Amino acid sequence: MSVAPAEVDLPRSADESVPDKPWVTIVWNDPVNLMSYVTYVFEHVFGYPRPKAEKLMLDVHHKGKAVVAVGTREAMEHNVEVLHGYGLWATVRQDT
Amino acid sequence: MEMFRPTRDGGASVWLSAGEAALLRSLVVPVMELLDEPGENRGAGEPADVLGGLEKFFDEDVPPAPRDPVLARLLPDAYQDDPQAAGEFRKYTESSLREAKKHFAQTVLDTLPPKGGRIRLTGDQARDWLRALNDVRLMFGVRLEVTEDFEAQLAALSPDDPKIAAFEVYGWLGAVQESLVQALAR
Repeated sequence: MSVAPAEVDLPRSADESVPDKPWVTIVWNDPVNLMSYVTYVFEHVFGYPRPKAEKLMLDVHHKGKAVVAVGTREAMEHNVEVLHGYGLWATVRQDT
Repeated sequence: MEMFRPTRDGGASVWLSAGEAALLRSLVVPVMELLDEPGENRGAGEPADVLGGLEKFFDEDVPPAPRDPVLARLLPDAYQDDPQAAGEFRKYTESSLREAKKHFAQTVLDTLPPKGGRIRLTGDQARDWLRALNDVRLMFGVRLEVTEDFEAQLAALSPDDPKIAAFEVYGWLGAVQESLVQALAR
């Protein structure tokens, strides 16, 4: 088994640093994940209060996806790793 | 099976029959086995591949998403329309995500009572259970092609359809997971 390569910080490609546009974490709707579970994950992972976590969960459910966090690319990639650990379908992209 | 209840220290407790414990064990083990299967990542899974872990840092190629649809759902792409970025992310994170998921499943196996009985989970153990149960449900969801209206899917099956048992287990897992979420969300 390989050791945790996630902690190794190698330089990325040059197109990474467009300074002004923030990065976002997106969660996509999924037929399996329970609504209560998704709400709990948003509360527990992001520390969001219940009403905000519920609103985001409902956005995912009704609109098919929702931006659940905004910040640096590294922070958003970390979010996605944690959310994949919880089985949520999450992706990163630079805001447009 | 009685459903999960909160404990005073922020964990959860439940009583399981021997049959329920055996069923849960039989559902978690295949997820662990699936996570042990190497992906298309070159060199992964080969014994004594000392340089395999190092090579990837100098390798320009990036691994694709797993071909198995269940594994692809458990280890999804982190970038939707950017295969290069998705592959880069996968190259550095997939093995630790696999290990994390196996750890969650192992917590379930370690805490299941072999002959049934009451178990008391700490908060951390309970969150491992939540994630392991979710991975099992994702496996069922992909294999059964479950939609949000799974009750209707189940109702539409003919009484002798062999998939009925799997749908019922999937529904039961949902109820168990729901009770665990409720126990932790207090």
